[in-house]
Amino acid sequence: MSNSLATRLWMGSQDASTILWADLMILKRRLGRYMLTTLISPLLYLVAFGWGLGRGMNMNGTTYLQFVVPGIIALTAMTTSFNGAGTRLNVDRLYFRSFDELLMAPTGTLSLLIGKALIGVVRGLVSSSAFIAVALLMGSGLHLNPAFIIALLVTCFSFSFLGVMAALLARSHQDLATFSSVILLPMTFLGGTFFSLDQVPLALKVALYALPLTHSSICLRAAALNQPVPESSFLAMLLFMLLFFLGGLFALRRSSI
Amino acid sequence: MKAKKSDYPNDWSRPMVEVERLTKSYQGRQVVSGLDLQIRASELFGFLGPNGAGKTTTIRILTTLSRPTSGQVRLNGIDVVRQPTLAKAQFGIVQQHMSLNRDLTVRENLELHARLHHLPADKGSDRIEELLEYVEMSGYADQLIDHLSGGLKRRTMIARALIHRPRLLFLDEPTVGLDAQSRRRVWDLIRRMNRDGTTVFLTTHYIEEAESLCDRVGILDQGRLIAMDSPLNLRRRLGMVTVEAQNEETGTEYSFFPDRAAAASMWQGRAGHERIVMRESNLEDVFVELTGHKVMDG
Repeated sequence: MSNSLATRLWMGSQDASTILWADLMILKRRLGRYMLTTLISPLLYLVAFGWGLGRGMNMNGTTYLQFVVPGIIALTAMTTSFNGAGTRLNVDRLYFRSFDELLMAPTGTLSLLIGKALIGVVRGLVSSSAFIAVALLMGSGLHLNPAFIIALLVTCFSFSFLGVMAALLARSHQDLATFSSVILLPMTFLGGTFFSLDQVPLALKVALYALPLTHSSICLRAAALNQPVPESSFLAMLLFMLLFFLGGLFALRRSSI
Repeated sequence: MKAKKSDYPNDWSRPMVEVERLTKSYQGRQVVSGLDLQIRASELFGFLGPNGAGKTTTIRILTTLSRPTSGQVRLNGIDVVRQPTLAKAQFGIVQQHMSLNRDLTVRENLELHARLHHLPADKGSDRIEELLEYVEMSGYADQLIDHLSGGLKRRTMIARALIHRPRLLFLDEPTVGLDAQSRRRVWDLIRRMNRDGTTVFLTTHYIEEAESLCDRVGILDQGRLIAMDSPLNLRRRLGMVTVEAQNEETGTEYSFFPDRAAAASMWQGRAGHERIVMRESNLEDVFVELTGHKVMDG
């Protein structure tokens, strides 16, 4: 590796960590409130679907609680990573317009994209970890192995990049809210989170396999149940991550010279 | 050692900003049309124009936020399109709107920018202390931005813009929304920064601000630069004395004369006007005469 490339990589990583540092300072100030708001939805899903609706149900040899918890982890990682990266960026860009300051700093596009996505990853991991802790206490029997952690990380990165891309392409706050309602909300319920895709008709199944959350749910569930992770789904997760990364890069390059 | 304005005597030969045949079009409409502009190192330059004249678009191009349709822009000799990262290191900017991170303290905001401009940690800390003193805000370093007054926020933005010792500073409406006292403090700061060798590119709606601060002003109208000179020369060209003939029916009529004697000989004995006022011409007279707009007109 040439010296100049190594220097550029080092400086790029420093820039990304600087951008993350500022966002972490804000998260640290609001951690209590953040944890409270971010855990409400997954805990409600857990109570309603895991304990209420699914009590006594059997899913291919596992309890419904064991089945649904990885799905809720996937959707928690999705929503918190997307919102953690996207919502704040959207507000900074369109309302406070403080994002212009980052665009005018001598920071590379790649560092800016990664720096802005990392806070989504951190928020996704914090929220998912808190939920996992609660789920373990409730006896969900999760297996926290390396495959599970890798699948969780890829999920957080994918949806953080998607959040950055959506925030940069949005022309108003409403645009981002619409994106959440039209894309994320249906995915929450249809992305293999609460029911097995084996039970749906073939045409719908094909459509549902086109959703990134489906593959996150499949991989997280397989890993959590100590089963082999389907390679095709893991590959699909990586492809979605690459796609959203490139989309974010494109949107960022459009934002300045 | 800091450069002083006196190091660059009146010829100010080195251009800090060079704009050549700059054009920007949006959806087929030309917002900036063939703009040529040179701002010399250490100059305090005012960029005036009615709303919609193309000022903001020009500044967005100069500060790398927008790509020109055609033409060239160089900051301190660096092309902003070809070498944007290097160009970004040449300038600091105080935007019109409050663009600080509201959830961070004053010190954290400054630290963020020190780090983004790759200042080593120890030098960054020293520079932050130095700038807090410079803008007289040492006592507010650990306050959240949201808890500061408008004037203090503006001074924090100025400190942030100076963190990497830029040779060029863009000030976009730096005193908008400030009370008279805060405005004067910001004016003093601008003068001081310019005396210390910083080239200042100022846009403002307050004509008296440009007149009081700027070595030269450029007036932009409908995307074209229609005048550029020192405020004094622009006034001389118009006429140093203005006569306002205020008439209730026809409104106020303005006439311009080289001196009071010429004005007096023209207006003595004229009847039919309610009130005649003779006064020194100002930059606003020049602006209105050239653009046909009041400064705040859209």
